[in-house]
Order: sequence, then structure tokens, then C-alpha cells
Amino acid sequence: MTALIALFARDLRRAWGSGALWLPVVFFLLVATAFPFAVGPDAPLLARTGGGMVWVAALLAALLPIDRLVRPDREAGVLDQLAVRGIADETVAAVKIAAHAVGFGLPLLLALLPATALLAQDGGRVVTLATGLVLAIPALAALAVLSAALTANLKSGSAIGGLLVLPLAVPMLIFGAGMLDPAGRGAEKLLAASSLLLTVIGPFAAGAALRGLRE
Amino acid sequence: MSELLRLDGIACIRGDRLLFENLSLSLSRGDAIWLRGPNGAGKSSLIRLAAGLLRPAAGTVVRRERCAFIDEASALDPELPLRRALDFWSRVDTIDGPVTERAMDAMALAPLADVPVAMLSTGQRKRAAMARVIASSAPIWLLDEPANGMDIAAQSRLVAAIAAHRGNGGAILLASHFALGLDNLAEFEMGGAA
Repeated sequence: MTALIALFARDLRRAWGSGALWLPVVFFLLVATAFPFAVGPDAPLLARTGGGMVWVAALLAALLPIDRLVRPDREAGVLDQLAVRGIADETVAAVKIAAHAVGFGLPLLLALLPATALLAQDGGRVVTLATGLVLAIPALAALAVLSAALTANLKSGSAIGGLLVLPLAVPMLIFGAGMLDPAGRGAEKLLAASSLLLTVIGPFAAGAALRGLRE
Repeated sequence: MSELLRLDGIACIRGDRLLFENLSLSLSRGDAIWLRGPNGAGKSSLIRLAAGLLRPAAGTVVRRERCAFIDEASALDPELPLRRALDFWSRVDTIDGPVTERAMDAMALAPLADVPVAMLSTGQRKRAAMARVIASSAPIWLLDEPANGMDIAAQSRLVAAIAAHRGNGGAILLASHFALGLDNLAEFEMGGAA
């Protein structure tokens, strides 16, 4: 157990070290700033479409660090050393998913307030967005670690990683943005269900991918 | 007869090439086996098989004790000072601070404790990785070219560490191109039908 805590703390330190903490935040705010320029400063239009933009930005923010989630650990031999110690690949994957969920999820939730202000979202929608993101963050982290593990052997893996994850993330985009629709009842439960599914499958799929890296 | 590691009828296929087959060896307390052979004979693959990092195409691997493993990768976070990078593995192995300190002393790393791993030379990084092996207190050491990049002084420290480990009932499987001046080595010749 201490080994897993040490691994979690290390991954979190590496995620937040040397200013990397602000990367998803800045990216998220960048999208929120650019969007009104692109569609025009029409507040009702922004209010209607901005929520969906928040979801797209959140997904991309999760994928931003794919390059450094698994590949450096593989190249440095850290994954080998963990395997020699008999720590299951699934466990390593689960710890990495948890660390990534906290590592990008917390800053993302903090950045949600200024982002929603820029996109003219009212209080109720901000709460809905925050609830949806909290539900989705574990699944987004699981997808990011999975695609990082699948592409750790490839050059320019992060571009392919994004393509891999996109179809799997679509249900969460639909249900997450659907929560903002006043008529869309039940979207919250469907979002929770699809997030749960991905979060449960994630460690096993990513663990298998980590094992494959050794062959 | 306290056997720590046993390989039985092992075959190893890398890519679509058969590296070796029907290979058996046994490692008991105090033993040291030196794997020798030309490049590509499968020394590193055999070490990785013993460590459980590769699955044999045939045969069985039995490990009765914990292993410590070293290869060309140091597995130390480059941005951290050496001491903190080693401390991560001490926490993973639930090892006390003094044990890590003694291991660092054994490889003469105390003066480098505050130097970031990224600043270390190849040989210094190898010494650091060896300190991780020593600190792990695992009975089985699987050493893949541990002396690469080490200077003469570091090599003699490595030899001393290996001797001390064997004296404490540990065992060593060593892949290397030269004998390092170790006494009482069992040689294990690996083919090279490549």
C-alpha cells in the first residue's frame, strides 16, 4: 500500500511540477477566451453554446499531457522496476489514472469559474457543468492513461492517442452537454453510467497495454 | 540446498527468432552465475525472463524470493536530486532511510546526494541504480551489464557489494562481457548461433 501511495504522490508531483499544474488551466481558459471572439459577443448565443464548448475543452485538456503519462516511465525503466516488484500492471494503471484525475481534474474545476464567466453561463449552468465534470473526470483520466499506454511505443503517439480516445469519449460529451438542456432529463444518470463503465474498464485495458509494452 | 531461483527448460523467442531453448539453471543462496556470450546471444532476455518481465515461450521460471533488477535504464526521476530519486524506491520497497544511506555509501554517492539525476554522468547514474539494487535488500540480484560506464574505483565497489551480498546469503545472476574480477563464479555459456 505504501508503494502505491508513493507512486501516486510521485505521479502527482510530476504532473504539477515545474509549472505543469497551470497547463490545463491555461489551455482551458484559452479556449474560453477564444470562443467568444470566434462566434461574436452575443451573450444569449454564448450562453447557449458555451456549455458544450466547456466540455470539448475539458476533453482536450485531459488529453494534453498524454505524452508524459506513460512514455517517460517506460523509457526510464520505472515500469520495469514496478513489474519486478510484483506490482500488477492493472494496479499501476489504476494509480496512474487516479493521479491524472486529481492532477488535471482539480485545476480544471478551479478554471471552470473564470471560463464560464467568459462564456456567459449563469449560476445554474455553472453548477450543472461542475457536477458533470466531476462525474466525467475519472473516465477522462482513464481514457487518457489508456491511450498513453497504447501509444507509448510510437513516435508522435499523442496525435494518434487523441484519435483513439475520441470515439470512446463521445458518449460523455453527449450526456455531459445534454445535462445543460432543460428538457434533457436523465442525462446526468447516463453520464454517470458511461463514466463508471470507462473508469472500471480503464485500469484493466491500460494494464494490458502496459504489459504489452514489455513484449 | 536453499534454491532462490530456478529456470526449467526455458525457450525464448524475440520477434520471430529463437534465441535459446531448453535452457535450465538454478541459483541458490551465495551463488553467482555469470552469463557470457556474444552480442545477441540472449543474455539480457534471460535476465528479463528471470525477472518476470518476459514470458518464456516454453518452460517455467520459479522465483522463491524478491528480485532486484538493473539494466541500462536507471529508473530514477531526472528532475530530482539523487537522494530523493532513490527515496522514491525506498518508499516503494518500504526501506528505512539508513538502509538507503548505507547503499549510497557503498557506491560512494554521498557527495552526489543533492545533484539532480539529469546532471549525473553515465557511470554515476549506473552507481545510483546499483545503490537502488543494494538498498532494496532483495535476495536475488539480476544484473544486466551493471559495470557499463563505471570507472575502476566504481567497479571495485560493485565487486565488494556483490561479495557482501553473497556473504549475506544473496544470489546473483550476472550478464556481462567480462568477469569483473569476482571469485567463485559459475560460468554459463550462452550460444551465439546467430
